[in-house]
Amino acid sequence: MFQEIIPLLKDEPVVHANGFICRESFALQDREENFYMIGSMGLASSIGLGVAICKPDRKVIVLDGDGNVLMAMGTLAMIGAEAPNNLVHVVIDNEVYESTGKQRSISNVVALEQVAKSSGYREALRVDKKEEIKPAFERLMNSEGPGFLLIKVEACFDPKTGRVTHTPEEIKERFMNTLLPH
Amino acid sequence: MVEEINVSSFTSQIFIERLIQKNFNFFTGVPCSLLSGLISCLEEVEDAHYIPSVREDAAVGLCAGAYLSGSQPVLLMQNSGLGYCLNAFTSLNLIYRIPVLVIMSWRGQGGKDAPEHLIMGDISQKLLETAGMNYSVLKPENCDQVVEFALRKINEEKLPYTLLVEKGLFDERY
Repeated sequence: MFQEIIPLLKDEPVVHANGFICRESFALQDREENFYMIGSMGLASSIGLGVAICKPDRKVIVLDGDGNVLMAMGTLAMIGAEAPNNLVHVVIDNEVYESTGKQRSISNVVALEQVAKSSGYREALRVDKKEEIKPAFERLMNSEGPGFLLIKVEACFDPKTGRVTHTPEEIKERFMNTLLPH
Repeated sequence: MVEEINVSSFTSQIFIERLIQKNFNFFTGVPCSLLSGLISCLEEVEDAHYIPSVREDAAVGLCAGAYLSGSQPVLLMQNSGLGYCLNAFTSLNLIYRIPVLVIMSWRGQGGKDAPEHLIMGDISQKLLETAGMNYSVLKPENCDQVVEFALRKINEEKLPYTLLVEKGLFDERY
């Protein structure tokens, strides 16, 4: 799914959830606008919300996972309540905790896009085919947010994928530089 | 030149105004009765905006996003939320050096409080110290010094700083 979304990115800040989301995105295409959250599971959404509130002129993307969203479901409510129109929350849902050995999550029975919709997201889409990703993502990027895109995928992370090699402070510094007023 | 805080007239409003003077401009948290005056004040003051968080660790994330975007965040919470936040502080703020000013009410201090507060009241300082989180106990007479000290930690070392708030320091509103 990264292959579908990464070519569509311009200069948007993207907050990444920990685990395979950070690692796979980093391995495919490292960007200075990527904030790789390597720990603090569950908080990619709240970090992204903070950025979206403070940078209303930038479109902000959170690249999240089902385990992270389930851990911090209350943050969906906060996003719905604050309703930043510049936030797009993309959730890659493989129904497992993949980077720790594919233990099952419970997103096979919990419809996260419905949770998002009930929490107040302006639009919440669910796709399960590769060719649906691009139009759904572009639709949310070009409309008033907050938008939520649930992408159902098979668990297919290669555990040999490397870790993010930048130090946490490097990740922070360069991400902050991309958010400075031009 | 800012006027020194008059100890006898230390109020929620004076403290909030002092934080705003010092360029703190992003406020979020989870309520505590000991902080109710402060939160009401933030809801009333025009140049402040308070965002209700549903959990303390979500508030830590929100403040981190605000800081990364160039804002200067303040997180208000009860010490009971410290447990929820420890992983956020240790695996986000401390390793990335993302500062935040934490205003933390100190329930259970001195063993006099409802049962659910006693253990956390007893260990709050030790937990902060163990995690390598600097703090001061806020008093009317040390307010200016500890705010300056917190600012140095935040601006120079890029580390979180906690101000512990004892019962009775601020007005409570019901």
